[in-house]
Amino acid sequence: MTETVSRATSCTVACAEVWRDAGEVMASPFGTIPALGARLARATFSPDLVLTDGEAALMAGTAPLGAGPDAYTLEATMTYRRVFDVVWSGRRHIMMMASQVDRFGNQNISAIGPPDRPKVQLVGCRGGPGNSVNHPTSYWVPDHSPRTFIDTVDVVCGVGYDRATAAGPGALRFHDVRRVVSNLGVFDFGGEGHSMRLVSVHPGVALADVVAATAFPLAIDGDVPETRRPTDAELALLDELDPRGAREREVKS
Amino acid sequence: MADKRVSADEVVGELRSGMTIGIGGWGSRRKPMSLVRALCRSDLTDLTLVSYGGPDVGLLCATGKVTRVVCGFVTLDSVPLDPHWRAARQEGRVALTEFDEGLVYLGLQAAAWRVPFLPSRAGLGADLLARNKDLRTIDSPYSDGPYADGADAGASFVAMPALRLDAALVHANRADTAGNAQLLSPDPFFDELFLGAADRRFVSAEEVVEAGTLAEHGPISSVSIHRMLVDGVVAAPGGAHFTACLPEYGRDEAFQRAYVKSAADPESWAAFRNRFVDVDDDGYRRAVAETVEETA
Repeated sequence: MTETVSRATSCTVACAEVWRDAGEVMASPFGTIPALGARLARATFSPDLVLTDGEAALMAGTAPLGAGPDAYTLEATMTYRRVFDVVWSGRRHIMMMASQVDRFGNQNISAIGPPDRPKVQLVGCRGGPGNSVNHPTSYWVPDHSPRTFIDTVDVVCGVGYDRATAAGPGALRFHDVRRVVSNLGVFDFGGEGHSMRLVSVHPGVALADVVAATAFPLAIDGDVPETRRPTDAELALLDELDPRGAREREVKS
Repeated sequence: MADKRVSADEVVGELRSGMTIGIGGWGSRRKPMSLVRALCRSDLTDLTLVSYGGPDVGLLCATGKVTRVVCGFVTLDSVPLDPHWRAARQEGRVALTEFDEGLVYLGLQAAAWRVPFLPSRAGLGADLLARNKDLRTIDSPYSDGPYADGADAGASFVAMPALRLDAALVHANRADTAGNAQLLSPDPFFDELFLGAADRRFVSAEEVVEAGTLAEHGPISSVSIHRMLVDGVVAAPGGAHFTACLPEYGRDEAFQRAYVKSAADPESWAAFRNRFVDVDDDGYRRAVAETVEETA
């Protein structure tokens, strides 16, 4: 077992774990580290995972990050229009990014500030509303701070537990906000009333740092373990799947 | 068979200020940029755009053509955010009607099928529903009887309204003079639905060939736009530049960076606009070629 593990590598392992036991579903990772995590999961403990090429097809095999079309073969078409067949059938576990996430898993990637004239216009809600009420949805936050782990998000894009409950059975039937992985730790919604709970802290991170970087009270059950370290076999695979160390540019150690 | 060839200016002549215009493609991929630039040069104003947004949205906002955008996102793909779109929003110049991107699909489909709405779970609990007072939900009518699904008994769904368009503009790899069009890039996106949802339907294409000969250029499944969906065809070689139009060309990343930089200050934008927007297609191609030489 390795003694030192980079923060980016811990985050990658934590993201891969999101897809453990996922079975034959489409993994849709946003961000470099989730993309690498999904590939690591498929190359190891979740071999049936379905990955896209980022264009319009499903990718056979597990190609390195940034590899061109020559490095892999395609197994089926998956155009944007057909992605919605998958989304609404539930055979997908997405990991979106969150510019803001709150205690009950509401996510914002739309805008900061008032709707008519936002202070910061972000990309837009994308498929967040539909994803979060149709299939397992997790979030990746590479810059954990009280501004990203916030009391109230400015725009609810991905729907959290409180809002899904208020919206009724149509929203709740397939609602499943699973996990949040940040540069500091791993979280689920096992706290009281489906509130955010600290699952593990990454190696080198103090519990107090996580608490201080979070604007709302986190549920903490007893001794919080350290995020699982990669095995030697996984480290060797990561060298293959991320030959240029792209993950280290998304999260600093 | 009718010959549907028209010029970009004739397309613009069919449009009026205040119209709702749908634009095909997705992000910075296969956008009808030649037609978009023609709109930018026109005297049209007060347009509402429906788009899987890319630089089409940014350019039309920067040239003051747009008062509202209906979309789920605006992105340049390799550059996550379009600075012209951000500026328009952050200065309060353009309103946003935000939908989940799957709801945009359903809205276009509803319009193309001539039904007032299609139901979806997408939007339930989200602010797109809370903020849009015109958007309604509907209770499932199947709470009892043989079609009842117990788990959804009593459940409400978002009734995504038909997104009817006054006009739609899309860009194809190839079209014929009758209005059939071939999409050889890996993703047809929602182009067929934009056309189906619109009253006036226009396709620009890298090449326009004789009616009925598209199957000579690729599998028949690639001719996914039929002539019942198209009123006018515009020959526009390079007409999606600087967005990707595979297999002919990928995204021009260097040019896209120049587009992004042009948002830095009014002088940069004026220079960009003068050189690359307020010119016809020949002038545009010349200016792009000169830029390539300058940076070579």
